[in-house]
Amino acid sequence: MTGFRSVPVPAGSEATVSFNGRELAARAGEPLAATLLANGVRTVASGVYTDRPRGIVGLGTEEPCGYVRVDSPPIESMAQATRVETHDGLCARSLNGYARLPEGEEAPRGDRVWAHCDVLVVGAGPAGIAAATAAARAGARVILACDAPQPGGGLAGEWDAAEGTAAREWQEPRIAALRDEPELRLLTRTTVTGLYDHGEVVALERRPHAAASGGAVHRLWHIRAGRTVLATGSCERPIVFEGNDRPGVMLAGAAVGYARRHGVLAGQRAVVFGCHDEALWAAVALHEAGATIVAVADARPAPGPAPVAALYERGIGVLTASGVTRTTGGSGGVLSAATVAPIDSDGNATGEGRSFPCDLLAVSGGHDPATALAAHSGGRKRWSPEHAAFLPDQTPPGVRLAGAAAGTRNPAAARDQGERVGHAAAVEALAHESATDGAEVADDGAAAPVVGSGHTPPMALWTVADARTDERRAFVDLHRDATLADIRDAIGAGMTSIEHIKRYTTIGTGPDQGRTSGVPATGIVAGLLDRTMDEVGGTGSRPPWVPIPLTAVAGRELGELFDPARRTPMHDWHVAQGAVFEDVGQWKRPRYFPREGEDMRAALQRECRAARESVGALDASTLGKIMVEGRDAGTFLDRIYANNFSTLRPGRCRYGVMCTADGMVLDDGVAVRLSDTQYMCTTTSGNADTVRAWLEEWAQTEWPELCVHITDVTDHWATISVVGPRSRDVMARLAPREDLSAEGFAFMTYRDTTVLGVPARILRVSFTGELTFEVNVPAWYGRAIWEAVMAAGHPYGITPYGTEGMHLLRAEKGFIVVGHETDGTVTPVDVGLGWAVSKRKDFVGKRSLWRPDTAREDRQQLVGLMPEDGDHVVAEGAQLVAERPGSVPVSMQGHVTSSYLSPALGRSFALGLLSQGRERHGDRVYAVHLDEAVPVTVTDPVFYDKEGSRRDG
Amino acid sequence: MTPEPLWKTREPAASYDAVVVGAGGHGLATAYYLARDHGITNVAVLERGWLAGGNMARNTQIVRSNYLWDASAGLYEHALRLWEGLENELDRELEFSQRGVLNLAHTTHDVRESVRRVNANRLNGIDAEWLDPEEVKKLVPIINISPELRYPVMGATYQPRAGIADHDQVAWGYAAAADRLGVHLIEGCEVTGFQRSGDRITGVHTSRGPIAAGRVALCAAGHTSVLLDTLGLRLPLQSHPLQALVTQLVEPVIDTVVMSNTVHVYVSQVAKGELVMGAGIDAYNGYGRRGSFRTIEREMEAALALYPVFAHSHLLRSWGGIVDVSPDASPIIGRTPFEGLYVNCGWGTGGYKATPGAGHVLADTVANDRPHPLAEPYALERFTSGALIDEHGAAAVAH
Repeated sequence: MTGFRSVPVPAGSEATVSFNGRELAARAGEPLAATLLANGVRTVASGVYTDRPRGIVGLGTEEPCGYVRVDSPPIESMAQATRVETHDGLCARSLNGYARLPEGEEAPRGDRVWAHCDVLVVGAGPAGIAAATAAARAGARVILACDAPQPGGGLAGEWDAAEGTAAREWQEPRIAALRDEPELRLLTRTTVTGLYDHGEVVALERRPHAAASGGAVHRLWHIRAGRTVLATGSCERPIVFEGNDRPGVMLAGAAVGYARRHGVLAGQRAVVFGCHDEALWAAVALHEAGATIVAVADARPAPGPAPVAALYERGIGVLTASGVTRTTGGSGGVLSAATVAPIDSDGNATGEGRSFPCDLLAVSGGHDPATALAAHSGGRKRWSPEHAAFLPDQTPPGVRLAGAAAGTRNPAAARDQGERVGHAAAVEALAHESATDGAEVADDGAAAPVVGSGHTPPMALWTVADARTDERRAFVDLHRDATLADIRDAIGAGMTSIEHIKRYTTIGTGPDQGRTSGVPATGIVAGLLDRTMDEVGGTGSRPPWVPIPLTAVAGRELGELFDPARRTPMHDWHVAQGAVFEDVGQWKRPRYFPREGEDMRAALQRECRAARESVGALDASTLGKIMVEGRDAGTFLDRIYANNFSTLRPGRCRYGVMCTADGMVLDDGVAVRLSDTQYMCTTTSGNADTVRAWLEEWAQTEWPELCVHITDVTDHWATISVVGPRSRDVMARLAPREDLSAEGFAFMTYRDTTVLGVPARILRVSFTGELTFEVNVPAWYGRAIWEAVMAAGHPYGITPYGTEGMHLLRAEKGFIVVGHETDGTVTPVDVGLGWAVSKRKDFVGKRSLWRPDTAREDRQQLVGLMPEDGDHVVAEGAQLVAERPGSVPVSMQGHVTSSYLSPALGRSFALGLLSQGRERHGDRVYAVHLDEAVPVTVTDPVFYDKEGSRRDG
Repeated sequence: MTPEPLWKTREPAASYDAVVVGAGGHGLATAYYLARDHGITNVAVLERGWLAGGNMARNTQIVRSNYLWDASAGLYEHALRLWEGLENELDRELEFSQRGVLNLAHTTHDVRESVRRVNANRLNGIDAEWLDPEEVKKLVPIINISPELRYPVMGATYQPRAGIADHDQVAWGYAAAADRLGVHLIEGCEVTGFQRSGDRITGVHTSRGPIAAGRVALCAAGHTSVLLDTLGLRLPLQSHPLQALVTQLVEPVIDTVVMSNTVHVYVSQVAKGELVMGAGIDAYNGYGRRGSFRTIEREMEAALALYPVFAHSHLLRSWGGIVDVSPDASPIIGRTPFEGLYVNCGWGTGGYKATPGAGHVLADTVANDRPHPLAEPYALERFTSGALIDEHGAAAVAH
């Protein structure tokens, strides 16, 4: 036994936890790391590559070694023991750096929250509490986010007793008062993980208690903050020496933190080693808590007199200009002794060392302001020799720092600074002023670090070594098992950039993001290359600040909610009829309606035959419908479509094709002119949003002078295509008073009327070549009218058909489908729509259509393809080649875009794009799919009713 | 034992036969092949930051050649063949792992286009297979092929010879090899403009003074636009952030590369153990190497649907690179209206996999002052002639 509780577990807080199968007594709510230390569990994990034993090093997010897996709910594949809260029944195990993802286990649920505030304060130590309070009192809406279960921050640890008591006396009432501020929202267990542009902040809230009720264990907050105050404190850094990775070697501030916050002493006999006054105060605190202080070493020749006196009063001497050169391991490799030797200012031993038996080596190389969040959105830092630390230099717009994060270590000074910064942030946020100027921030003293009075400067110390030091046992990054020797190797390989050294050694790439290794690595490199700290710099900090469970990143947008499916008003009817669906854009569309025993092929033959011979019905509600309205709507559409729309008379419809700036087909569809200033343009189902955005882009950015308004009304309407020679009979039952004759209701006109008392817009268009009435009714009536159509069509054997039938029927007529026959490389002329391309007016893509390559004669053109074996349906996506392929490469001349078995033709057929295809009708080419090559004859792409005799019934 | 320096730190000389701007993978490879194949060893590679610290340090390391069009197949397959001999060539472990790449199809449209690409690849002599969902599941046991998925896996294209390679090792391998051949690699030297005599480029202005050059090859990705602006030449490039991320170290769960364009996530697991994932580009233009968190959320929603076990892993680190996208999602390689000035840019999301091929072809183009046959289709003139090589479909990342 080594660690112990100096404060017994209070009655009512007892808990039992299991670690590696061993039952341990815990205090409910304390970090698992505290439980392990209290129970003398020194080896918690092992090195990722070296397999060396590793113990608890830190107190919070900086922990590089103590990674565990949690098997009790909420399960975690990898967590820092310093951040796992204990509760009765907690079950955890050691990790060696790798997580094992438990297959088949449900992960704890994540959820998302959105919030806005005027001022976000990150961190609830003295600076954060003061900043949040000041901002709230200035009238700002404030969010105060803190990583810990309670506010309070780091002050409980490292300062001397008198200051600590004063700070607690200041702080406690203020923590209580936070809850009384009406516009202040306190988020505990909430870690800000990233700062993004424009004040976007992401924070992860842990809710372990929610596991029991099945609630969200993680909440990912998305906060838009007017101003952000980073009161994120600092990270304590270690010192590199041989054997600095043994269980029992800890950060001094962490050792004190466990004693002060959790009543747990990490060891009985401690050696304390540092290079600044706070490390000496840590020795005082550990002694106060009941540890025997075996030795105190300070690398400075002249440590601060106050802590030296405090130690002297306790009968403890300080070995000055001294440092730990190595540790000795006992059973299992855990710490049994530390060797202290006199050292020079570079950490090199200048004399013989002396070994001190100990079970705790508390080390502190200084404190690095936690400025990573500022770096996420462009902040920079600068080395301050007086602080022996990188301090924030340039901060990103709207971000300020206070307290230890700004280099201000004295709690009283930190809270004063927090108050000023919090107030300034609130005033600025409320005035909507911009604070992009770093100088302005410095002017109000906000970012200037405040050094306490009577302060003795810290020393920058990275390594301690003597002639016998084995640099392969001197660890820089404890998580990555990267050593001093690795850095030396990187430099030997010619690396001089810290970014290269990071990549060469992997320092800083672990889940702790190199919190305890980054600055020491810079210091070591600076020494080896004889450069300044600023010349070497640090590697860029990248979000997130703490690892975010992917289940929290994904939130609830899983399953159906990944991309909520759009369903037509008739969807449930289709489901009831046993339709097979496919995804078209975001829509679920019936692909076909198989009857008992039918496969797709059989269903398709039946459905298409019905539409050709009697009557079929298609739910066409997904067809995009975009209203283009305004004085200049006609002019606008003339520029968008390749053909003219200003000349279209109200009441009439026209097919149009629109091109990209490259002159390639973007989309096609029928547009209807409703009035002088109103058009309804239809688009391909999957393309409605693209087209709407395309129209908006031109209207807003290129032709703002045009008076035009664009509205997507796709889902305002339900659309039913009644198709086939008997469609007029069906419509006559639904709208008995309408003149539905070919003369009275001409092709390519529309009519606003009623169907069964429901307002309806009926279009006489056709995508199959058959007589067609496209009935549009307000979406709410869709299901009812659909059912009415089916009932009215019953005597004629009306047959619903889906996208597959629609594609087959249009292909027989040689009509293209955008996305089948076009792929962004096909012009209207290529697919035979040259007739719809105006020669006179200008339109988007026109210039491109006359570029040499686009106007080439031998481009790939739309053709029909007849497999020589009429029973064989060639594969869509088969490539077209001139000869049966021999050795590769084979010259490809085109490909099969659509391919079907046609009930009307009684054989298979296909559409394709073929080089110079229009000149090659009658030629034989081969359609190659995987290992098969099928001979096909090139034909005209119109297979059915070339004369167009059927469209009027 | 201390290793040999990979490359030496040099001061820029007053003049070089050729200057390559940008020490990314393409710039380093170009310099290497200039020296190896064309005897042009008086070469400097000028880098404004640290060597290979741009997109070369930020990509997801995927190498494949399963592009649709002949021109692309030629170029990327040329690169893949060079990849296959690169560890020997550079005498360096590159962790080049031909573990195969799958591109998933989630809709009937995807299936059609995927089959088309497989057939085109095969006729171009590129290994390509079409897998049904069960076959996908055999290669990727953790994938969810339930038809109930919002966008179910309807199949996948598969290129067995594709895979991944460690981007740092590749950059360092080229750097070391070029250095051995006498090429000067100069970091911290930003090119700010050109010296010219009429329409002939005679050198570059840099943050460390003027440097004369017989020929100048630009390998500066999106910043190529900025440099050519100084000559009044506008490139049809748009620069966007493209984000990637890694998880913590995970015991092996996936030993191939799986990409999905429709739901926008691609994943592989590197030797070290991290899952490396990428998403679609951020929609806006910019040179800031950071994107929006929403893009990452979208990507993880897709990842968790396809690989439910990933719900137990953690987002450890995310970052952004800047991809330079041309109107047809294909690169621009070749001469410019200025004599002695060559471009290599517009690689969008495809640059890493082309590294050896791009360098090889550009070096040949620079050395002979005429496009390498594989580079001919990629000339700047195609945007005026209209002979585009539209690879939006095969780019795997929607632009």
